[in-house]
Amino acid sequence: MAFVSSGYNPDKPMENRISDIGPRKYDEFYPEVIKNNKGKWLYHDILEPGILVHVAESGDKIYTIRCGGARLMSTSLINEICDIADKHCDGHLRFTTRNNIEFMVDSEDKVKPLKEDLESRKFAGGSYKFPIGGTGAGITNIVHTQGWIHCHTPATDASGPVKAAMDVLFDDFKSMRLPAHLRVSLACCLNMCGAVHCSDIAILGYHRKPPLLDHEYLDKLCEIPLAIAACPTAAIKPSKVEFKGQEVKSVAVKDDRCMFCGNCYTMCPSMPLADKEGDGIVIMAGGKVSNRISAPKFSKVVVAFLPNEAPRWPQTTTVIKNMVDAYASNANKYERLGEWAERIGWERFFDICELDFTHHLIDDFRDPAYYTWRQTTNFKF
Amino acid sequence: MPLTGPKFLLLNGGMIMAKHDTPLLDQLESGPWPSFVSDLKQEAEKRAKNEAGHELQIPVDVVDDLLGILELSFKHGKTHWKHGGIVGVFGYGGGVIGRYCDQPELFPGVAHFHTMRIAQPGAKFYTSDYLRQLTDIWDRRGSGITNMHGSTGDIIFIGTTTPQLEEIYYEISHNMNQDLGGSGSNLRTPADCIGQARCEYACYDTQDLCYNLTMEYQDELHRPAFPYKFKFKFDGCPNGCVAAIARSDMSFIGTWKDDIRIDDEAVKAYVGGEFAPNGGAHADGDWGAFDIQKEIIALCPTGCMKYEDGKLEIDNRECTRCMHCINAMPRALRIGKETGCSILCGAKAPILDGAQMGSLVVPFVEVNADDDYQAIKDVIEPLWDWWMEEGKNRERLGETMKRLGFNALLEATGIAPVPQHVQEPRSNPYIFWKEEEVEGGWTRDIDEFRKDHQR
Repeated sequence: MAFVSSGYNPDKPMENRISDIGPRKYDEFYPEVIKNNKGKWLYHDILEPGILVHVAESGDKIYTIRCGGARLMSTSLINEICDIADKHCDGHLRFTTRNNIEFMVDSEDKVKPLKEDLESRKFAGGSYKFPIGGTGAGITNIVHTQGWIHCHTPATDASGPVKAAMDVLFDDFKSMRLPAHLRVSLACCLNMCGAVHCSDIAILGYHRKPPLLDHEYLDKLCEIPLAIAACPTAAIKPSKVEFKGQEVKSVAVKDDRCMFCGNCYTMCPSMPLADKEGDGIVIMAGGKVSNRISAPKFSKVVVAFLPNEAPRWPQTTTVIKNMVDAYASNANKYERLGEWAERIGWERFFDICELDFTHHLIDDFRDPAYYTWRQTTNFKF
Repeated sequence: MPLTGPKFLLLNGGMIMAKHDTPLLDQLESGPWPSFVSDLKQEAEKRAKNEAGHELQIPVDVVDDLLGILELSFKHGKTHWKHGGIVGVFGYGGGVIGRYCDQPELFPGVAHFHTMRIAQPGAKFYTSDYLRQLTDIWDRRGSGITNMHGSTGDIIFIGTTTPQLEEIYYEISHNMNQDLGGSGSNLRTPADCIGQARCEYACYDTQDLCYNLTMEYQDELHRPAFPYKFKFKFDGCPNGCVAAIARSDMSFIGTWKDDIRIDDEAVKAYVGGEFAPNGGAHADGDWGAFDIQKEIIALCPTGCMKYEDGKLEIDNRECTRCMHCINAMPRALRIGKETGCSILCGAKAPILDGAQMGSLVVPFVEVNADDDYQAIKDVIEPLWDWWMEEGKNRERLGETMKRLGFNALLEATGIAPVPQHVQEPRSNPYIFWKEEEVEGGWTRDIDEFRKDHQR
């Protein structure tokens, strides 16, 4: 492969340089009906799972078909999405915050052919390319992080557990039987690029072994004071270590103070935490971001640890499926999972979801821990 | 079967053999949900065939090796990616994340595998022409693998080599009028909900405010000058579809001050069962007929609504705009007309000191495009000055707020304290009085004191 220049001249990087131009302006990409009715929408209806109609003051309507997608996506698939948009939607489409693809058409007669086209497309392995759903009181796409496909700090994969979980939750992606919408999110470590901490159900990768110390290279690769300062529990201190007969500068870790956050590894590549037995998944539940009825809430840890069981993470998907089914059959209409748990009490939640309560679930991290202990005689047996 | 020598085999009939066996990943091809494994495989095959005749600028078998290294991670239960190095494009401190694998001999195609963040347009509306331009560049100069989209909102190009970074930047900036997004201790690429483009709940034009601030603060976005990352997110209403309140250092959440607009006839249509509640969101549940007392009046968190004699009344002064009644009866109830946004600050994920939700700093501010959103910029800039002055290295705004206190933020921004700022007043009396607040000051004479009080 011969190098092909774009026109960039490495000897004169500032020559013809364009910078600070930002993203393309949003309105370049609006479909015509959106251009004409922006800010003048009256109401919407979900015609069937995955298909919405929005009605404007002018009487104009826009029909949207929402499709799930893996957020890890090839250019082949993006080009196929473009072909669909060209065929049915005058070349327009959008993505949602939760990695869904939305195809929009301006009249009802265009919906059926679009729907049939989308449903007919499958990957060679048999899965749908464009499953329709993810609306209303159901489960939409799982937002997630990179995991083993591209990240240096993960405690679990992202695309793998998400595929496994969505296969198990597929019926609830395609229907609207739940009391309210239910958001599942995955972050492959507690850096939480995906910010899953306010999800109805969060799948969180977590380490359980303190960092290994690569004494031979630690002082060469890392700023030791930065590694020490990175530790939130002050578990790391400077240390001189005997290595192959020579004294080298390194660090020592007080293992029982380590909370396995991995912040030291972010600052110092000579302190890796990853471990096949140590790493796995924490399940959290009951968070939300909407202000509807009750305030936004953080998700709570309901399962302290499940192992990484590639390729399909069966224990993780089983716990999630059971929780969704328990919520579906017990919560009131409009009640989010966390609101349901608070109404019935978390003791009852563990009961109904058949989850074990272990000491790991009692908060002992700093001041906020105290506010989670029960300070009333009101509880359920 | 691991192949040596040729990177792939073109068998009779043009079928392409995979470079690496992936028995674990193969198990993720079945099931209904779109399989990223199948997608990666089709991309590997496309590159091997190269029917477009591209002069591929990075290894042809990059996707094969990506599958191979992921399979190894599935086997080992651990990642095989190393810390990023310092790579980027000239003059920017963000937008590119260096990535190298720790098994370059086994997987040379992904030995250097950097990420580029491409700033996404508002609400992620696209045309096929634009996306095809992007995929064409990425097929020639990168792996052909993307995230649509990254968690912050950017289009993510996953996997290219160092020499291609400037070439890609040159092509997107010169041929597509397109810039990179943020990474590192920068303003991260701001993101917005669909807003007024296609939502009746949007209280302001999220796309325009997002675009305006993104353009105003390009320098902050590209050149790291902050203690740590800083995120803006724009939600058009308290439903919070981009989760601004949970994950942005500064969230702009639409709200209104006047009355919810009621269409009495439409209320009757809901009560009479002509309209499905909540836009039909509960269609597959067995919930029985709509009951306005149970589903609306009783669930109103402030108890400010009543439905008597076929008429809905709302005591709007007591309403906290939670959106429930509007969500449940969208054809009957509409947001008010005097709209603007609330600004909340300090949300972040758990690392390090625990997760934080955004705290209300500005209960209401006008969102006024006519004066270039000056009222909002007047909040942002003093807040940044304070955080850049006081924030420690790798300290998010929310952590600085926690360490120095909410009052320090109010003082720095010149915002007057109001009861809306708190859930409840403090339950301890440990007030850090300032000397100027106390009559007579703090300088006293012990001898004067002793005149009235013996030792």
